[in-house]
Amino acid sequence: MDIVFNWSYFGYLLYGAMWTLVLSACAFVLGGAAGFLVMLARTAQSRLIRQIALVYVEIIQGTPLLVLLFIAYFGLGVFGIEVPPLVAAAISLMINASAFLGEIWKGCVEAVPRTQREAAECLALTRWQAFVDVILPQAARIATPPTVGFMVQMLKNTSLASVVGFVELTRAAQVINNSTIQPFLVFGIAGTMYFVLCYPLTAWSRSLERTLNVGRR
Amino acid sequence: MSAAVNAPAVALPAVALKDVRKSYGPLEVLKGVSFDVAPGEVVAIIGASGSGKSTALRCINGLESIQAGSIEVCGHHVGTQRSDAELRALRQDVGIVFQSYNLFPHLTVEQNVTLAPRRVKRIGNAAAKDLARACLAQVGLAEKADSYPEQLSGGQQQRVAIARSLAMQPKVMLFDEVTSALDPHLTGEVLRVMEKLARDGMTMITVTHEMGFARRVANRTIFMRDGLVWEVGGAEMFAAPRTPELQSFLGSEL
Amino acid sequence: MRYDFDFAVLLDYWPDFLAGAWVTLQLTFLATVFGMAIGTLCAIGARGKRRWLARAIGIYVEIIRNTPFLIQIFFLYFGLASAGLRLPVFTAAVIAMVFNVAAYCSEIIRAGMDTVHPGQIEAAQSLGMSTPTIYWDVILRPAIERVYPALTGQFVLMMLSSSVASQISTEELTAVANNVQSFTFRSLETFLAIAPMYLALAALLKLSFWGIGLFAFPRRRRLGTAL
Ligand SMILES: Nc1ncnc2c1ncn2[C@@H]1O[C@H](COP(=O)(O)OP(=O)(O)O)[C@@H](O)[C@H]1O
Ligand SMILES: [Mg+2]
Repeated sequence: MDIVFNWSYFGYLLYGAMWTLVLSACAFVLGGAAGFLVMLARTAQSRLIRQIALVYVEIIQGTPLLVLLFIAYFGLGVFGIEVPPLVAAAISLMINASAFLGEIWKGCVEAVPRTQREAAECLALTRWQAFVDVILPQAARIATPPTVGFMVQMLKNTSLASVVGFVELTRAAQVINNSTIQPFLVFGIAGTMYFVLCYPLTAWSRSLERTLNVGRR
Repeated sequence: MSAAVNAPAVALPAVALKDVRKSYGPLEVLKGVSFDVAPGEVVAIIGASGSGKSTALRCINGLESIQAGSIEVCGHHVGTQRSDAELRALRQDVGIVFQSYNLFPHLTVEQNVTLAPRRVKRIGNAAAKDLARACLAQVGLAEKADSYPEQLSGGQQQRVAIARSLAMQPKVMLFDEVTSALDPHLTGEVLRVMEKLARDGMTMITVTHEMGFARRVANRTIFMRDGLVWEVGGAEMFAAPRTPELQSFLGSEL
Repeated sequence: MRYDFDFAVLLDYWPDFLAGAWVTLQLTFLATVFGMAIGTLCAIGARGKRRWLARAIGIYVEIIRNTPFLIQIFFLYFGLASAGLRLPVFTAAVIAMVFNVAAYCSEIIRAGMDTVHPGQIEAAQSLGMSTPTIYWDVILRPAIERVYPALTGQFVLMMLSSSVASQISTEELTAVANNVQSFTFRSLETFLAIAPMYLALAALLKLSFWGIGLFAFPRRRRLGTAL
C-alpha cells in the first residue's frame, strides 16, 4: 500500500505530455484545414451554402466535445475495425475545432473593410483572387491572436481523449493516481504541466493582440 | 495624335448612359439619367451631396446593378443583368478611383500597382515591375515604390491609387471626389496628375467639388440634381447658368 | 460494411435521459448564478486598489484558464476525498464548474468594465453618488450589457462542459448515456441521441439569457439592439 510518487512516475507524466502535444498538433492541423473550409462556406456567395455551414457550426458548437468524442469513437467502431483512440480523439477534436476556428476566421474576414474587396474587384480581379491576394492577408493578421487563443483551448481539450483510453497527460495522471492515491500531488503536477504548455500561448496571444491594437490606432 | 486621324467621322461614344434608373429599396436614386462621353473627352459631374453622382459612377463600372435603362462602355453592354465574366471584361477597360483611396495596406506601393496586371493580365514579374515604374513615374511617385501606403501622405496615396488604375491601361477613368478627403494643400498635386492625364487624351468622368478644375479641365460639365441630369454645358455654364438650381448651387459652392 | 441503426431500444430509457438532462440543468443553473456572482466580484477586485488582491485574482484566473477542466475536477474531487472530505459528486461538480466559469466570467466582465469611460465615473462622483451605487449603476450594468453576448457564449460552453462531470460519476446527461449504452450495447445510437438533447439545452440556455437580457437591459429592448 506504500507506493509513492517517484521520478519514474514523473517520466510517465512527461511521456503523457508528449502525446498531449502530438494530439494537439494533429487537432490543430486537421481542425485548421477543416476550419478554413467552414470559413469559406460561411462567407460563400451562395445563401444556401452559408446557411448549411451555419447549421453545421450551430450543431457542433451546441454539442459537448465529450459527446462528439464518443460518437467518433463508437461511430468508427461501427466499421468493424479496432479504432485507435488517437484517431477517434483527433477526428472529434478536428470537428470541434473546425466549427470554432471557422467562426473565428469568418469574423476576421468580415472585419476587413468591404471597400478592399470592392477596390480589388474594380481592378478586374476575380472574387477568388480578391479573396486570396487582398482579403486573406489582412484577415490573417487580425486572426492570429484569437487563433493562438483557441490553440490553448484545443490543448486543454485533448485531456478528454483520456476518456476513451488514449494515454496522454490526463490519462497518465489518472493511472498514476490509481496506484499512488496522491491526487493533490499527481493532478497538481499534471495541471502544472498543462499550465507550462498553455501559458506561453496565452501570453503570446495577448501580446499579439496588443501589438495589433497599437498598429490599428 | 494618330488616333484622331484614324477615328471615324462620327466617333462612337466611349460611355453612353440611356435612361438609367437605380433604386435602393424604395429610394430611387437615379431617375432616368442619360449622357454620352466621347473618346478623349473629359466630363465633370457636379451636384449637391446625395444627388446620385457616386451612384452614377458606380453603375458605369458595374459596382451597382441598375433596374432600367442601359449603359454602354467601350463596347461593353451593361444592362440590368451581367455575368461576372462580363463585369471583369468591363473593368479591364474602366478604372475607378475613390475618395478614400482604398489602397491595399498589406502591399507595398509597387505591389499595389502590379497586383492586377499580374493576376488579371498575367504579365510576368519583370514586365509588371517596369509597368509599375512607368505608372508611378506618371503620377510622380517613382521613388516611393517600396513604401507602404501608411507611410505616404493622403495626396501621395491618392496618386498611387491613380497609378494602380492606370496600370490596367484602361480606356476610361472614373474619379469620385478624389480630393475631398485631402487637406487643401494636398489637393493640387492630385489635380495636376489628373490634368496631365486629361491632356494626354484619357477619357475621364470626374465627380468633383473643385469648380475651378471642372471649368478649366473638363470639356463639358454635368450638373446633377435629385437623380437627374439637370444641366449640361461647357465652361461658359459656370458664368451663365441657365437654371436657378445650378445658380444657387454654384453660389453655395463659392 | 452495413450497420443497422436501432434507436428504438433507447425509447425505454427516456425517464433516465430526462433525469440526466434535469441534473445538467441544475448544474448549469447553480454554476451560472454563483459563477456570475464570483466572476463579478473577481472583476471588481482585479481592478481594485488592493494590489495583493488583484494579483491573487490574476493568478487564480490564469491557473483556471490554462489548465483543463477535467484536471480541475479530478484535483478537487479526488484531492478532497484523499484528504478525508468526501463531497457528494453533484456538489463537487458544481464547485468545480463555479470556479471554472467564474474565472472566464471575470475576464469578460473586466473587459466590459474597461470600456466604461472614466468621465462617466467622475460625473457620477461629482453628483455625490455613493461608491456601491457608482459600481452598480455606472460601471457594472453598462459593462455587463456590453459583454452580454460573450457571457452568454461562455455559459453555453460551461453547460456543455458539464458533461465532463460524468467522469466523477455525476449522474448528468452524459453519465446517463454511458449507463444506457452499457445496458443496450447501442453506444453510437445513445450518444447520437443525446447530441440533440444538448442542442436543445443550449437553445434553452440562450433563450433564457436573451429573456433575462430583455428584462435587465431595457435600453437595448427599446432601441431594438440585438442581444
Ligand atoms: N448602398 C446604399 N444603400 C442605400 N442608399 C444609398 C446607398 N448608396 C447611396 N445611397 C443613397 O443614394 C443617394 C445618392 O447617393 P450618392 O450617389 O452617394 O450621392 P452623391 O455621390 O451625389 O453624394 C443618397 O440619398 C444616398 O443616401
Ligand atoms: Mg458621393
